[in-house]
Parts: sequence; C-alpha cells; structure tokens
Amino acid sequence: MLVLVALPMVMRNPYYLGIMVFMGIYSLITIGLSLLMGYAGQISLGHAAFFATGAYTSGILTTKAHLSPLPAFLAAIVLTACIAFLIGIPTLRLKGHYLAMATLGFGQIVYVALNASVDFTGGPSGFGEIPRIALGNLVVESQLARYCLVWALVVIVLLFSLNLIHSRVGRALRSIHSSELAANAMGVNTSKYKIQVFVLSAIYASIAGSLYAHFVTFISPGSFDLEFSILLVTMVVVGGMANVWGALLGTVLLTLLPEFLRGFKDYDILIYGSTLLLIMIFMPEGLFGLVKKLRSVRGRM
Amino acid sequence: MIGLAPILESQEMSASIILQLILSGVTIGSIYAMVALGFNIIYNSTSIINFAQGEFVMLGGMFMVSLVGPLNLPMWVAFPIAVLAVTLIGTAFERLCIHPLKMPSVLSLIIITIAGSILLKGGAMFAWGKETFSLPHFSTEKPILLLEATILPQTVWILGIIGMVVLLLALFFRFTIVGKAMRACAANRPAASLVGINVKRIVLLSFALSAAIGAIAGIIITPISLMDYERGAILGLKGFGAAVLGGLGNPMGAVVAGFLIGIVESLCAGLISSHYKDAVGLVVLLMVLFIKPSGLFGSAQVSKLKKF
Repeated sequence: MLVLVALPMVMRNPYYLGIMVFMGIYSLITIGLSLLMGYAGQISLGHAAFFATGAYTSGILTTKAHLSPLPAFLAAIVLTACIAFLIGIPTLRLKGHYLAMATLGFGQIVYVALNASVDFTGGPSGFGEIPRIALGNLVVESQLARYCLVWALVVIVLLFSLNLIHSRVGRALRSIHSSELAANAMGVNTSKYKIQVFVLSAIYASIAGSLYAHFVTFISPGSFDLEFSILLVTMVVVGGMANVWGALLGTVLLTLLPEFLRGFKDYDILIYGSTLLLIMIFMPEGLFGLVKKLRSVRGRM
Repeated sequence: MIGLAPILESQEMSASIILQLILSGVTIGSIYAMVALGFNIIYNSTSIINFAQGEFVMLGGMFMVSLVGPLNLPMWVAFPIAVLAVTLIGTAFERLCIHPLKMPSVLSLIIITIAGSILLKGGAMFAWGKETFSLPHFSTEKPILLLEATILPQTVWILGIIGMVVLLLALFFRFTIVGKAMRACAANRPAASLVGINVKRIVLLSFALSAAIGAIAGIIITPISLMDYERGAILGLKGFGAAVLGGLGNPMGAVVAGFLIGIVESLCAGLISSHYKDAVGLVVLLMVLFIKPSGLFGSAQVSKLKKF
C-alpha cells in the first residue's frame, strides 16, 4: 500500500508511470485469473476475450452511441458477465486439457470475430477516438491520474478478492481445487461455484478492458490475441498461482521484464524465453512459493 | 446448410468446386493430423501437452529449406538430415527442460513448453531471419486431373507420406518391444516402471519421435504453404484442436479429427467466407466438446481418472 502511494512521488517520469498503469490493468485480470486457477483449479486460456469484450463494449458505446464512459463501463461489465455465464455453463463441465482447449478456442473465435466484423469493430485496423474518462470537469488525462484510478481499482478488487478467499466461498473453491469429486460428495455445489468464480474473473477482465480502451483511446484486435491470454496465465503461474499476491508479483515481473530487455533489441525474445524456463524449472511453485520457502527456512533458524 | 443452397444452385460446376475444396481440405487436414499425432505421442507417455509441437513442424521446414537451397543437396538426402536435426532438437529439449523436473505440476509443464516454444521460435528467427521461404515441389508442379477437380502432385506426396507414417507408427506400437513399452507407459506409468520399463527413457523417446513426425509434416507442407519462423504457433493450435477433438491419447481419433477440421475449414473458406476460416473449425470443436466432453473417440472414464 505504502509503496503504491509513494511510488508516483519518487517517479515523475511519465514513461515509467505509463508502465505502472499497464501493470495495474494487467493486475486486475491476473487477480481474477488466480482466483480461477489457483483457488478453483480451472485453467482459462481465453481471458483476452473478456478483456476484449470490456474494451470493445466501452469503446463502441462511447464513440458510436455517444454514451458517457461510466454507463458504458457498467454495460460492458453486464455484457461480459452474461457472455462468461453462457460460455461457462458448458465449458466448465470440461476438465484439464479439454478445458484448456475450449477456453483457448473461445478466445480465438472472439479474436477472429473482432477481425471479421469490419462494420462493427473496424476489423483488423481497429478504431480510435475513444473519449477519455471524465468525472465532472476532471478529465483523466495525465499518466498520474490514470495511475491513481487504475491502482485504486486494483486495491478495491484485491481487498474484495482477499475477503472472498477467506469466506465460505473461498473454502468451497479450495475444496474444488484439491478434489472436485470429494467436494461434491461433501455437498459443495461445485459447478455453481466454478461458474461464479469464472464470471467474477471475467468481470475483472472487463473492468481492465474498459480502462484500457479509455486510456489508450485506440483499440484493435492485435491487443487481444492468444499470446495475450497466454501471457496472463504465465504471469499467474510465474508468480505462484496458489496465492493472489503471487499473481501480483508475477504481473509486476513480467511487465517489467520486457522493458529491461528492450536494450537487447532482437535478443529479447531469447532472454524472455530462457528467464521463463529457468523460473519454472527451478521454482515450480512460482516466485511466491520461493518467498514462502525462504520465510519458513528463516523461521526454523 | 440453408445458406449453402442458393450458391450451389447458381453454379453449374458446384460439384467439382466442392470436390476441389474437399481435396484442399484433406491436404491441410493431413498436416493437422500429423501435428495431432505428435501431441498424442507425448501426451500418452507423459500427460504433457507439448505446446512446442508446432515449432518442430516449423523447424523441419526451415532445415529443409537450408539444406536444399544454400547447401544444394538433393531432396532425398536433405529429407532425413532435416528430420534428424529436428529430432536432436526435440531430444535436447526434453533433456534440458523436462528431464530435470521433480514432480512438476501440469500447469508448470504447460508454461515450460510454452517457454520452450518461445525459445525455438526466437532461435529460428536468428538462424533464418524473418523472411518467408519456399521449397521446390518434390516432383512436377503440373496438376493431376481427378474426376472434375485437380490436385497437385505434391498433395499426393503429402498423403502418401502421411499414410506411410501412420502405418509405420501403428506397426511400431503393435509389434516392437519399444513400442509396446511406450503403450504400457501410456496405460499405467507406475505399473510400467514396476515391470522394469525405464519410464524416463520412454519420455525421451516420445519427444524424439514426435519431433521427427513434426519435422516430416513441416518438410512436406512447405512446398505448398511456404514457411516462416512464426508459422509454428497456428499449426500447433490446429493440431492441438485435432488431438482434443479426436480424444486425447487416441491416435486414430487424431487423424480423423485432423481431416475433419481441415475439410470444414476449407469448405467454409470456399463457400461462406475466408474471414471466418480459422474460427469455424474451433466452433465445431467446441460444439463437439459441449456434447461429448471427452472428444469424438475419447473415453469419458479415462479423462475422469487423468489428473489433468
């Protein structure tokens, strides 16, 4: 918390603030994904689609229907939740690699549809001139204002999620992760909880998408492809998916890593790949697993 | 189907167009089938979905391009060398990335193979650059007339080679001791290791084998569809789709599903819209999964027992 408040005071460079803004947007999605993956034990390789639904709904409603950002933002959340609910019912019956393939397929279908429906979405070249978010006369235009808005939302989402984890629902989700069969036998309505957490994580992604559309003011399908979905999952796993904080840690690391690697020009793809590989080989529990291990070692000493 | 009717009536040559589309669907579908076979071999012995499978296909094509182009080797010499090179890469991949792991979780394995595919793609970008490469056809490029449609001789080569690979694989798994050991691992790993099968070596072998199959697919498809360093991902995705559609771990299912996806895509591109080509196969896949969650030929009981 303190770090969040202190950071912009130290760092005045808008470029760095911009990176922090993106980090916040990604964090919104990865917190939801970690609830889905780490707690409920369900993988999704299609979350870019929900991010896209949020961004495109906000973008289209504010530019073509001239709605102001807030109602568009809410409409995006409702729409995304409906889609996630409808997709979730048949999809979450699947298991393991079948679930991975189905979510991946759903993400790809949305991506193809965004490219193909040119009249509506602008096709592959996307569309721009999405208005910025304004609260009364206060327009969220500077990187600092964006930073405050996005991280305030991250804190809210984080608190909500932590609360959820420590509630009855959270315990139910963890029971699904350990064994769905056993959870079912104990009277936990597993399919209900799975769909609920799937919809919740989709809503987080939609919030992130709306913010993204208003911040960048231009959207095209390229930002919502399979690679992005995979990047999100990677962030969660690298950070350590057994924990929401792990997801945050992974997001911070994988957002900063490409920035550090920018100096290496074309070699960045090789260094990025090897870093990922080394983390996963030597820290299969993710970075947060390592932190926990170190802490327990220190505790024993 | 309702949408198709007016198009069909309006065209005299409709039957031959459909035949033509099905033929090109079979060509691309056979490549999906090969990639799906590669997925299956590794999945059976390790329960890993190897997301780098598509990169093996890309590497096969790329090695062949270098061997035939700059090095000027004849095709029949270059072919085995290219396959061998990719097989070595697949072996090295297993040794460096999969072998050192102790009790890995399925998700970390997925991320590891994704990281591996990023590395292979990056390596290919350095080795061959970002251009698109082509290969000469194996024999003449003069199309053969078949009923009312035409096919390229290369398509015949592709189908012939794939038929041979599938046949050899079937014989290998059925009649050789190593093949039987691999099937034992697929059925029950702890039991296989109890009767003295070296499971770790089988894992290594399965990576080598599926790298080789991927490389063959890449080599035979390049003359028709060209190759660049980014091509692996989409081929991998379609192959994964075919493997899942056919029921993971079921080689025959993978082959049938590969052809099915290829034909559906080709028909969609020709009759409806090429924009939706890449989506329609996936829509079919999702529909099948929603009705039958373990794929066309998969066993529901087996998928319930698998940990992931």
